[in-house]
Amino acid sequence: MREVAVVAFGQSRHVRDSAETSEVEMLMPVLHDVLARTGLTAGEIDFTCSGSSDYLAGRAFSFTMALDGVGAWPPISESHVEMDGAWALYEAWVKILTGEAETALVYAYGKSSPGEVRDVLTRQLDPYYLAPLWPDSVALAALQARALIDAGLTDERQLAGIAARSRAAAADNPYAQLRGAVPVGEPLAAPLHTGDCPPVSDGAAAVVLAAGDTARRLTERPAWIRGLDHRVEAHSPGVRDLTDSPSTRLAAERAGYFALPHGPKGMGGAPAVDTVELHAPFTSQEVVLRRALNLDGPAGADIRINPSGGALAANPVMAAGLIRIGEAAARIQRGESQRALAHATSGPCLQQNLVAVLEGEAR
Amino acid sequence: MPEVPEVLTAPLVVEFPFTRSLGPVQSAFLTGLRERTVLGVTCQDGRVLVPPVEYDPVTAEELSDLVEVAPTGTVTTWAWNPGPRRGQPLRTPFAWVLVRLDGADSALLHALDAPGPDAVRTGMRVRIRWAAERTGAITDIACFEPSDDAPPATAPVPHDGEFADPVTGITAPARLDYTYAPGRAQSRYLRALADRRTVGERCPACRKVYVPPRGACPTCGVATDAQVEVGPRGTVTTFCIVNIKAKNLDIEVPYVYAHIALDGADLALHARIGGIPYDRVRMGLRVEPVWTEGGRFPDHYRPTGEPDADYDSYKELI
Repeated sequence: MREVAVVAFGQSRHVRDSAETSEVEMLMPVLHDVLARTGLTAGEIDFTCSGSSDYLAGRAFSFTMALDGVGAWPPISESHVEMDGAWALYEAWVKILTGEAETALVYAYGKSSPGEVRDVLTRQLDPYYLAPLWPDSVALAALQARALIDAGLTDERQLAGIAARSRAAAADNPYAQLRGAVPVGEPLAAPLHTGDCPPVSDGAAAVVLAAGDTARRLTERPAWIRGLDHRVEAHSPGVRDLTDSPSTRLAAERAGYFALPHGPKGMGGAPAVDTVELHAPFTSQEVVLRRALNLDGPAGADIRINPSGGALAANPVMAAGLIRIGEAAARIQRGESQRALAHATSGPCLQQNLVAVLEGEAR
Repeated sequence: MPEVPEVLTAPLVVEFPFTRSLGPVQSAFLTGLRERTVLGVTCQDGRVLVPPVEYDPVTAEELSDLVEVAPTGTVTTWAWNPGPRRGQPLRTPFAWVLVRLDGADSALLHALDAPGPDAVRTGMRVRIRWAAERTGAITDIACFEPSDDAPPATAPVPHDGEFADPVTGITAPARLDYTYAPGRAQSRYLRALADRRTVGERCPACRKVYVPPRGACPTCGVATDAQVEVGPRGTVTTFCIVNIKAKNLDIEVPYVYAHIALDGADLALHARIGGIPYDRVRMGLRVEPVWTEGGRFPDHYRPTGEPDADYDSYKELI
């Protein structure tokens, strides 16, 4: 199989309200930044793929406007997913694996500020049984949190600890929106407090992928994608065990995570990654993901979870998953990580999950 | 860099009046709710799913064996909603609940009317409160309410799913409210337009002037950085004759809608042509904007009376 690596990652400074910029005005500096890191121009990129949702800002076909920021002439090879950019990265990865592309530009953006993101996200739900009730994203996450507490898998204090650890880590992340000490706050949808929930964010991110020796030429230390897979569960929350994430576990298995050296294979320990970037917009979702990825055993103690602060520190919807991959890759590129797992999620209560295993060159 | 003016914003309402058809299982379930009957569907492994689905969520097998379950059940998880939002089942604070109805093996999402979070717990018994007016929709269940009813002693019984006048579709109106912000470049454009000036922006790389500007040169992928006043006159580069009256548009048909390359612009904008019979409009026609009192943009463009522009002068802009 072809080797494919992340060779550059860039993101905007995520903010509550970016009304002064249009989507393309917000995105374009990020595209320029990520291309500058590789020395490539848009015309030299073989394939471009993006992730965004028109529902967020209420602008039909907004991704075609965003393409203005790429410079799409002469005509480029381009695709778009109405999903988080992590899935756009998946498409680009497959495109490179087929040999049809040597390099790819992947970007994602989301502006939640023009609308009410809690209401907007209800429109992704089953239109017959769920959407007519307008169950917002916080409410659905809170049902999952309660199920975890009832099962004895966490409590409100532990959830507050996850929030505090995430925002403390984000103090070192200049792009994050919530940094340092953030109060637990009032119950927003008990058992979840304001502090358990992500900020409402506007932001963008971009990644450049490259194959084999091209990747080695473009950067000193490529972050090789050793495995990448995504899996989806049933949509209805009432048929799922909300305390577990079999789709994350299966995606991780298919991405080779459990086969890594010192992998658990029934031993209960965590595989040999040093960094994990989880896309858990709500504190309770990190509990579910840690269980699915065996991160809670003694072997997990040395693993840095969400050194970026994760989605609890900045949650530009549609970009937050791609940012997890980018953050993990950037740590490898900076030499701060040798092997990392990155995760992205989509849908209510962690319905769909993507796992990437990334690795630096052997040293 | 051009001066950055205060950006404009405007309310934007997007409404989606979707009409959706139902499959046989969903039709029976929603019609049943109208008749105060709750139906589930039995999977091959014997599990009963409520709400029922057309295909097994695990095996993808087509499902059709309906059973009637009780209107009572048990809360499997819940979350307190202190501030109900538009469209949600209750206007006063309530609990979101997943309820496993007696006889079912899966849970249904809905609202529970309870005085406060202290009155709600996982495992509590609840029953359906039916809506007074029922149409065959999930909202025919107004909400759940606490109940002392014990689960029925008997297992769910098969149901043929037959009802008089079955519901075969639902209308699912949805409304989302936004505050639209067009960004820096378009704010500059719209502000100038309010002063009856048309201001495009020039690409620093290819030097093209875009009207209206969107902040980036779509060819070069860089920010347009210089404001350039164009027009007010321009040339019709191409046009069409509109013969069908648009809803809520008070313009007599037929009329002409045209691409107009304003003098100094490298991209044609589009507008209606007036002041000339529709069948006299032609490529190369020279036009100028017509403003109405208080209008923030030209109402339409009309002929200037100049000789037509030479084809070569606008052929790159078609």
